[in-house]
Parts: sequence; C-alpha cells; structure tokens
Amino acid sequence: MTTNQVLRGFIVPGLPHPLLCPERSPAWTSLRASFDRVREEIAASGADLLVLYSTQWISVIGHQIQADPEPEWVHVDPEFHDLGTMPYRFRMDAAFARAYEAAAKARGLHARTVAYHGFPIDTGTVVALKLLNPGNAIPACVVSCNMYADRGETIVLGKAARDAVAATGRKAIAISVSALSARLFTHEIDPKDDRISSLKDDEWNRKLLELLGEGRLEDVSQLAREFSAQANGDQKMKAVWWLAAFLGEHNAYEGTVYDYQPLWGTGAALVGLLPSARAAANLEFDEESVETFGGDRGVLSGGSAAVPSPPSAPVAAPAPPGGIIRTEAAPKPVGAYAHARRVGNLLFLAGIGPRRPGTDEIPGGPVRDADGNPLPYDVEAQARSVVANVKAVLEAAGSSLEKILDVTVYLIDMKRDFAAANAVWAETLGHVNATRTTLEVAALPTPIAIEWKVVAEA
Amino acid sequence: MSGSIVAGILAPHPPHLVYAENPPQNEPRAECGWEVLRWGYERVRKSLAALDYDVLIVHSPHWRTFVGHHFLGVPHFKGLSVDPIFPNLFRYHFDVNVDVELSEAMCEEAKASGLVTKMMRNPAFRLDYGTIASCHLVNPSWSKPIVGVSSNGSYYYYSNEVGQEEQIALGEATRRAVEKTGRRAVLLASNSLSHRHFTTEAEIPEDMSREHVYHHGQYLWDMRVLDLMKQGRSRELVDELPDFIDHAESEVKAGALTWMLAALGFPSYPAEVHAYGTVIGTGNAVVEWNASHEDVRVAASPPVG
Repeated sequence: MTTNQVLRGFIVPGLPHPLLCPERSPAWTSLRASFDRVREEIAASGADLLVLYSTQWISVIGHQIQADPEPEWVHVDPEFHDLGTMPYRFRMDAAFARAYEAAAKARGLHARTVAYHGFPIDTGTVVALKLLNPGNAIPACVVSCNMYADRGETIVLGKAARDAVAATGRKAIAISVSALSARLFTHEIDPKDDRISSLKDDEWNRKLLELLGEGRLEDVSQLAREFSAQANGDQKMKAVWWLAAFLGEHNAYEGTVYDYQPLWGTGAALVGLLPSARAAANLEFDEESVETFGGDRGVLSGGSAAVPSPPSAPVAAPAPPGGIIRTEAAPKPVGAYAHARRVGNLLFLAGIGPRRPGTDEIPGGPVRDADGNPLPYDVEAQARSVVANVKAVLEAAGSSLEKILDVTVYLIDMKRDFAAANAVWAETLGHVNATRTTLEVAALPTPIAIEWKVVAEA
Repeated sequence: MSGSIVAGILAPHPPHLVYAENPPQNEPRAECGWEVLRWGYERVRKSLAALDYDVLIVHSPHWRTFVGHHFLGVPHFKGLSVDPIFPNLFRYHFDVNVDVELSEAMCEEAKASGLVTKMMRNPAFRLDYGTIASCHLVNPSWSKPIVGVSSNGSYYYYSNEVGQEEQIALGEATRRAVEKTGRRAVLLASNSLSHRHFTTEAEIPEDMSREHVYHHGQYLWDMRVLDLMKQGRSRELVDELPDFIDHAESEVKAGALTWMLAALGFPSYPAEVHAYGTVIGTGNAVVEWNASHEDVRVAASPPVG
C-alpha cells in the first residue's frame, strides 16, 4: 500500500501544568479543556496511528524513534517536580517505528529506534499522550528533536515520516509537541497571574496563530526562523518544520486555533490543521524544499572534513516522496496523474503533448476526426507546442528547458514526421545536449502526432 | 568545627567511560575504550582515597532547570538511569544516599545571596545520568553521600556573563554552607571542555580508531584552558570562559566549572591534570584541585604588574 494518509496535524504544548494542576490557573484550566476537545476530535478521526515530535525529547546523535511496544514508568519533570508524578504506560507502534527508521535512513539521516526498559520518555510526550490518548486507543510513535538539526534536516525528518506512513498504509495524525514563544519565567509566580512573559513574544505568537488559523502552515514554516529570532521560539520551531513537511508542504488546510494561553510565561497554543481542497494563497516561498540529508552540519569551518562520513547510499527506500507538480500553464492531464514529480534533484514529467492549456486546441490541427478519419496536420507546429508545454511544466517546478537530461519522443508516423520534429528539437533543445530516444507508436490518447516524456534536473 | 572544601574535581560525565569500565551496575558490556581518561579517573580515586572527606557535591548539566537552582532533598534514591542520548551505553542501576542537611543548607545560603532556589522533594525523581556518571567515576562504590545541584539555564537564557555571575554566587554560597555545616566536601564539576561532537556514531561505540578531537580549533582551546589550570590562573580562566564557550561550544557553559572554582575561592595553586582525551569528538579532562597543594605556589605564575 502506498497511499499517503496523514489525516491531520496538531500543535500542542508540552509543559505539565494542564495535566497535573489545571485548577491552579484559569489559563491552565482553559488549556486542559482544549486538550479535551482535541482528544475528542482525534478519537473520531479514524486514525490508527499518532506520530509525535516533542521538543523536550532532545537527541544529539541523529534522531531517535521510540520502539518499545509498551513503555512504563513513573515520570517526574526535572523542573516542575513539585507538581507531582506522571505514571504512564503507553502503547507504541513498534513496526511503524522501524519503518520510520528505515525511511529516515533512506533519506540520508542518522536514525535509530530505542526500546529499553526505563528509557526516559520526556514530559512533553507524556503530557500529550496522557491528555490526547488516555486509554491508548490509538498506538503512537515518537521521534526526538535533535538539538543541532537545522531546517533542512528537520524537513527531511518530516518527509521520512510521510514516507513511512505511505509505506505502512497507516492512517496517521501528526502531533507537534511544542510551545510557541518559549521564554519561561525564571522565578516563582502565582499561577493566577501567569501571562506571556514578553509583550513582543505575545505579538509574534498572535501573528503566527493568525496564519495557522487560515491554514497557512507552510507560510508559518517559512517564517519559523524569523519567529524564533524574535520570540525565542521553542527549539527554533523545529516542530513546525517537521509538521509542515510531514503534512505535505502547502497551505491547503482548515486551520483551527483551539486555544492560546500563557503557560509559565511561554506561549501555549492548541492548533488543528485539517487538509482541505481549498488552499490559502501560496505566498512566494523563500526556503527550499529539501529532500535528503547530506551529512554533517558543518557548524565549524572545516568541520566536515573531520567527521566520519554520513551513512552511504540509502537501502530499501520505502515510498516515493512528495514533490507533486501541477500547473495551469500546461494542458490538463487526461487521467489522474500529475504533470511532474520531484524526487531528490530529479523531475519526472508525464507525457506532454501539444494541446493548448485551457482550450485543448491542437496547434497544427488534430490528426484524426471524431470518427477516426485521418486529417492533414502540421507536426512542426505540434512539436513547437510540445516544447512550450514542457517548458511550462519545468518552470512550474523551478526548472527549465536547459536542465533537461533525457527525452523519449513518441511519433505516430516516423516516416512522415521525424525530420520536422527533429528540426524543432535541434532548434530548441540542440544546445542542451540531452539524451533522446524516438519511438513510433500506433496511437496517442488524444488526436496528436507527437508527445515527449522528459526527465530533468530540478 | 568549621567545614571545608578539601578538593574540587573537573569530572566530565560521558557515559562512554562508565560503559567501557564494565561496572556491575551498568547493563551494557564493552570490550575496551577511552583508557586514558579512565586511567585519569583511577588516579583521582587514589588521590581521594587519601583524603578525609564525607560528601560529594556534584553540579550536573543534565539536570537543567530554568526556574532557579535546585537541590536534591530526598535522603535516598534507588533506581535505573537510562541515558536518553546513549541508551545503548548507559543503563545504570543506582543506589544513592543524599546529604539532605547539607543540601538544605546550600539551598538556604544560595537563597540568602539572592538566587532563586528550590529543594527537590519528590521521591520518584530520577537522577540524571550526568550526576550518576561523574559520581560513579570518582567513587564507584558509592560509599559517600552526595548533594546534587541542578544546572541553571541562565547561560542559555540571557548570556554567558549572566550565567557566570549566578554560578559564582552559587559557588560562594556552597562554600559558606559547607563551612557552616562542618562538612569536608569534595566538589565535582560534571563538565567536558570543548563540546562539538560527531553527529554519527561508530558501529562499535568503543572503536578507538574513530575517536579524535572534532576540530583542531577545539583542541587549541582545550590546551589553552588546561594550561591556565596547571598554572593556577583560575580567576583568569573564569574571565576567559565566555570566549571559550562561544568558540569551542564548551560544556562549561552549563556552569559547573565556574561554580566549583568560585566555591574553591579561585585557587591560585596549580591544578593537577590527570588526563585529557576525547569522547565522540568532545574534549574531556580529569583535573584535580586539591587544597593540600595550596602551599605549592607555581613558579610559572605570570609576573604581576
């Protein structure tokens, strides 16, 4: 099964107060009630897996994925130990954890599963699972937050989660356990007086939540660096990068902000993102979409030469990643397929013919009428239109004609049309030095004489 | 009788060192590894065996708190500590006594000096692996009680300089508490030096062909810092730590070394470097400040004026 079913995403806070002492503060009481709302939505969602990324589970050597099928312990928060204990017994999806590990490795990440009795599950994970999935009705999987990982590495980690969902056929819900602004009060407070510790943090939190309420998760992902710099984002807002990549890097969601409250000075919000057919406008994205992790982070100059090589070629890659390209600037597909798919730094285009976008008119005329009778046609005009359509798809994917690597040309009449088609090729693609194969076929799906199948560099 | 701090040890806590030793308390087994550092710890054990002391006070970066400085306040802990970073190396069964009276005195002294403090009274609390690893490496029999002090995150929150100020105040409060309670204490600063490390792990963790310093710049900084220690220039060392932190990602950012040197009164006698070595690319040194060496003033001290 390869269908990708990430049903929806949530952002929830991870400090223990809503779990252990919601009654002490109106803000914490409200958060607890909002956790209950989210819990009900998850229970009704039909999901069979919860995948969590917690900013409180810090790793330093790559990423770790919890694979103990039934971890059990009595947890005490290292900071707020006076609030009480958190006994837990969770149900983890160990098979999915292993699939996630394989998917992460296939994308070049350093990853491993952990399954040890007594492994210290972090407060954020404990809080989220106890409040959102109290009876363990849905098995879970938790992945760590690498404290050194940058955006690219975290995006790849999110895409690997998506790969694993596709490969295992799970119906998953993605949950980022993270604060927004993360500036704790560094002194004791009266819980009733809890507030966001800085007005600037509050303003930035509200800006972020406005975007999330409009379903613009990818916009928030693109804004994460700026937010973190301005408002001390929790672990540089890696949880948003992970979530955006996991859900598919777009703005097509119904966003719901269930709550926004102070939590010991931090910005605590519960946000839901339900994939939707209607996308808020995609803004101009500045940050690239990274597909694979290239190795060490090179934080120190020259550092990369001093470290061991990253894992070599991926093995047993699970499902193909996302990177679906569709564009109005090219003729509408005649079936349920995309104009192109991006994998790594390669673009694979569907067969592209000469029909004009929008009207489906065929330049140079159709090769047959509605009854199948042959008609005169101009293959040179059709070939030029094919080039224009290929160009449109490539540019929609951020590529260009100059990045074409290989083309398969399909002609319905080799003897009649090859010379003219070849002349157009020489004129438009001759300088690119792409490889090419030309085949004669009995027919093409629409009344056209020529179609190209293109592989290009992204 | 007034108490005193009889020694301070820079006692880094890589779980690899405990793992490589194969003590009965730790579940994983190793073939070998990081011998130079472990031999350094053996020398520390011999040195401490000759001292009359009754408590270890350990400041660990892996008990991170932001709301003030926390102190262990439960008399006995027994349980299993699994390192969240290296669970494959460290699953340690601990059985620890805590000197709660001293812990409370330290908490009160620190509070009186203006710091935010809190006692940790929850009996289900799990000791962090930094505390356990450092204590094990200097006293594997756990024959002495400990006091555990959290690492306040003001370094991360505000600046290196603010962090330094807090840790110096904490160190001075620690000294006063030790003196008032009549304890003879050994301090453990559970910090490595340079701390940029590899982001991948060897298939065999103790494969020493894979072990080296991450970056030459780190090594130069580590040597600079060790030279200052050996020359007894601890005040100057503390002044340089913010740069060391920035340039070498040093774990002393977590404050243990500054706390210990302040508690020792910024010793001008030479520290003894028992060992230096790297663990997954980080620089680690086992260093002893022994007050009985105070008479040995360093000829190599820089001229004044």
